[in-house]
Amino acid sequence: MSKSVGQSKLRVDAYDKVTGRAEYTDDLCAPDALIARIVHSTIAHGMVTGVDTAQAESVPGVVKVLTCFDVPDRPFPTAGHPWSTDPHHQDVADRLLLNRHVRYYGDDVAVVIAENEVAATQAARLVKVTYEEYPFVLDAQEAMGFDGPPIHEERPDNILAHTQIRRGDYETARQEPGLIRVEGWYDTPTVQHCHIENHICYASMEKGRITVVSSTQIPHIIRRVCGQALGIPWGKVRIVKPYIGGGFGNKQDALYEPLCAWLTTQVGGRTVKIDCAREETFVNNRVRHAIRTHIISYVRPDGTLAARKFECFSNQGAYASHGHSIAAKGMGAFPQLYPCDNIEADAYTVYTNRPVAGAMRGYGIPQAMWAGECHLDDIARKLGRDPVEYRRQIVMPQGYTDAFSKNCNYYDTFNQVMDKGMAAIGYEEKRKAYANQTGPIRRGIGMALFWYNTAVWPISLESSSCRMVLNQDGSVQVQTGETEIGQGCDTAYAQMAADAIGIPFEDVHIVSTQDTDVTPFGTGAYASRQTYIGGFSIQQTGQMLKDRILTYAVELTRQTRANLDLVDGQIVRTSDGQVLMSLGELATEALYSLSHSQHLTAESTYQIKNNAYSFGCTFAEVEVDIPLCKVKLLNIVNVHDCGRLINPALAEAQVHGGMSMGIGYGLSEQLLFDPKTGRALNNNLLDYKLSTFMDHPHLQALFVENPEPTSPYGTKALGEPPACSPAPAIRSAILNATGVAVNQTPMTPHVLFRAFREAGLFQEGETAHV
Amino acid sequence: MSIQYKHIQCTINGRPVDKMVDVRASLTDLLRNDFRLHSVKKGCEVGECGACNVIIDGRCYNSCIYLAVWADGKNIRTLESLLGPNGELSDIQQAFVDEAAVQCGFCTPGFIMTAVEILESGKEYTDDQLRKALSGHLCRCTGYENILRAVKKAMYRRLGKPMPEA
Repeated sequence: MSKSVGQSKLRVDAYDKVTGRAEYTDDLCAPDALIARIVHSTIAHGMVTGVDTAQAESVPGVVKVLTCFDVPDRPFPTAGHPWSTDPHHQDVADRLLLNRHVRYYGDDVAVVIAENEVAATQAARLVKVTYEEYPFVLDAQEAMGFDGPPIHEERPDNILAHTQIRRGDYETARQEPGLIRVEGWYDTPTVQHCHIENHICYASMEKGRITVVSSTQIPHIIRRVCGQALGIPWGKVRIVKPYIGGGFGNKQDALYEPLCAWLTTQVGGRTVKIDCAREETFVNNRVRHAIRTHIISYVRPDGTLAARKFECFSNQGAYASHGHSIAAKGMGAFPQLYPCDNIEADAYTVYTNRPVAGAMRGYGIPQAMWAGECHLDDIARKLGRDPVEYRRQIVMPQGYTDAFSKNCNYYDTFNQVMDKGMAAIGYEEKRKAYANQTGPIRRGIGMALFWYNTAVWPISLESSSCRMVLNQDGSVQVQTGETEIGQGCDTAYAQMAADAIGIPFEDVHIVSTQDTDVTPFGTGAYASRQTYIGGFSIQQTGQMLKDRILTYAVELTRQTRANLDLVDGQIVRTSDGQVLMSLGELATEALYSLSHSQHLTAESTYQIKNNAYSFGCTFAEVEVDIPLCKVKLLNIVNVHDCGRLINPALAEAQVHGGMSMGIGYGLSEQLLFDPKTGRALNNNLLDYKLSTFMDHPHLQALFVENPEPTSPYGTKALGEPPACSPAPAIRSAILNATGVAVNQTPMTPHVLFRAFREAGLFQEGETAHV
Repeated sequence: MSIQYKHIQCTINGRPVDKMVDVRASLTDLLRNDFRLHSVKKGCEVGECGACNVIIDGRCYNSCIYLAVWADGKNIRTLESLLGPNGELSDIQQAFVDEAAVQCGFCTPGFIMTAVEILESGKEYTDDQLRKALSGHLCRCTGYENILRAVKKAMYRRLGKPMPEA
């Protein structure tokens, strides 16, 4: 029986968040903490030849200045991946706490520790760094075989990794007579997560151990990385993760925690705080990989796919971080979403002198869907087919099983989500109405599908641990290693735990803070895994606790174990439904009994060796002002099959946020770099155009609820998927309105002007002034 | 260099306050560091994101670009002032809870204070006007959808009118 799951319960943290009582990292930091300011390189590539700290050290309040010549020579990895005990699967360790070889404009060279923020900031400006400058490169394809010193010596061609997929025989298959060839290059930009709380952490020492309190998604992983970076046993590090102001993947990485942990050891264990400025969050944390994708499809006149080729070039920036995993995940979608017997696919991840690219909501899939869905529309157009009707013919069919992940498309999900989206936006009527438009203002309607798979099995470990502790009143504390980062997993966990144990939702007390000293091991929030993965250990642990409770109840009620159940916080005799006692009465007796005292608790780990597809689509309607090259988004609908909804209201809210991010990705967001210096030009929230309240219409979020058979609660990924398909859907609508296929996002007036001009949309003389 | 301090008197959340303040300090610094009013959040410190928004003499300001010394003689209200004596939520706080307008919660206090200014005007606004009035705040979690719904709901409730169907 299920009571909580499926209901739109109010968030367990809402009261604290609307009253200002929810404590985030900076709220917890002692006022006398020392402040660390980082000195960033002012060149994009080169070697530090000297750092003069004399002037900086003379600033009153400065405690210490440390430089790239002081740090341990111990390269460490930063990616928020579960560690692998197999050396071949370990993340690339390619950076030091501060770096002599600087690899992007803004690299970390030195750090000032001071009594206060003003002294730290002033002194940081007075640190004089001298460099031997090297040529730099900002573009991934240009970086491959770049004629200059390599960005990392171990990789002379700057290629961090290259992987490939081969299926059938592409070269032979494309020779088939009568095939139609469609080719395109599709570009995505460097963008940033823009969580409203910047990354912040502080560290101190107690009894020879280091504690770091951090705005992170992955406390247990951060503990490991700090241990690796400092060369100390991992148990000597304790990470505390309080409420965080958003993450979106940026905080699925060791950012400044290792440096902060080291700094406290340099000042006798005093508390040191690193609080990133917004400008640093943009450049010195992580960004989304800019990926350029090249696709060639050979299609039969009946629309079937004969042979397909895919190449992508992923801009890694200066350090490996999550590295090739992003491009590899994106490429992995290619042979699956539209299966084809003959495929040649290659993904390259390339070091460049840009800021470091890491995880960001969708993990390669927004880039892959941009390329793949734009290309699908290009094929449909060449064949004279409707984008929806054509997709129905070639999309992954029901019953499709991926040989590697063993993921199965159990339902007719794609057709169901498209049917729902079409009906919601009025696709058929609008498609007809918008045919054959002329004039400067035109409307269009379009769509895109997305492919996503939940969690990281079988590429990497998937496991979750949970602890439950029964209180005297029958309420239960629940802890997991998977973190609340705003998405609402604490609330979903409380719902799942209530049902697993058999108690009311209100009697579940979720411990939101993760503290690696006391929280069961779990790798954190990423890969849209929390609800799916957490569900396994919550159900298992809940059943263990329930079993212990009922076993104890046998003593108190004189009934057989098989005749007892725990329902809504009551011990019930199943044969007649009689309530025998409350759980609170049992718990009190169990703790204080003079004959048999027992603290009823349960803790368990569940390793998941399954994964789940999570599919959906976006439909978008636009109005394009051709002379102004401006796009107005009129309507947008996302439809998701994320299995059974644990909490419909929170699911809907999650989709809104992803759609908003996807709209920014399609229309406005891009981190720009000065080609002469490599410096970021718009690393602030004014010049970097993320969506504001004014920038999108009503966001409609719909669901198709096909229960996921492998999940105890029938659920699967929802966190990242909503951001994956809006951009190509908007492009599809612009194509429908104007007949112009735009191959670069964001589709700003600059980009549209070029595309419209090339397509001959402007009359002679109209562009004379430009 | 010598640090200059100035004496100010102001009202913070209904309490009269006497304080020596560093002339370089922002109102955000004053409220967070000296009064531990942690609802005042720092997201950019240059007036772009709205997370530090407070009400000064009835109008909303980004406290990060408002000097602490300017607070002299002013009446300042932060999110902490909205709660009833027994911890009761105000109507707008309750609307944010009920409409799932809160996710990570970091932009929430600033948004709620702008909503308070909107509600206290006693006027009825259209959706477009509300969007514009709230556009000084950035949120990366919600797509603004449920925030709009929460503010609208509280507005119509105060106006004593039924909320029109979307």
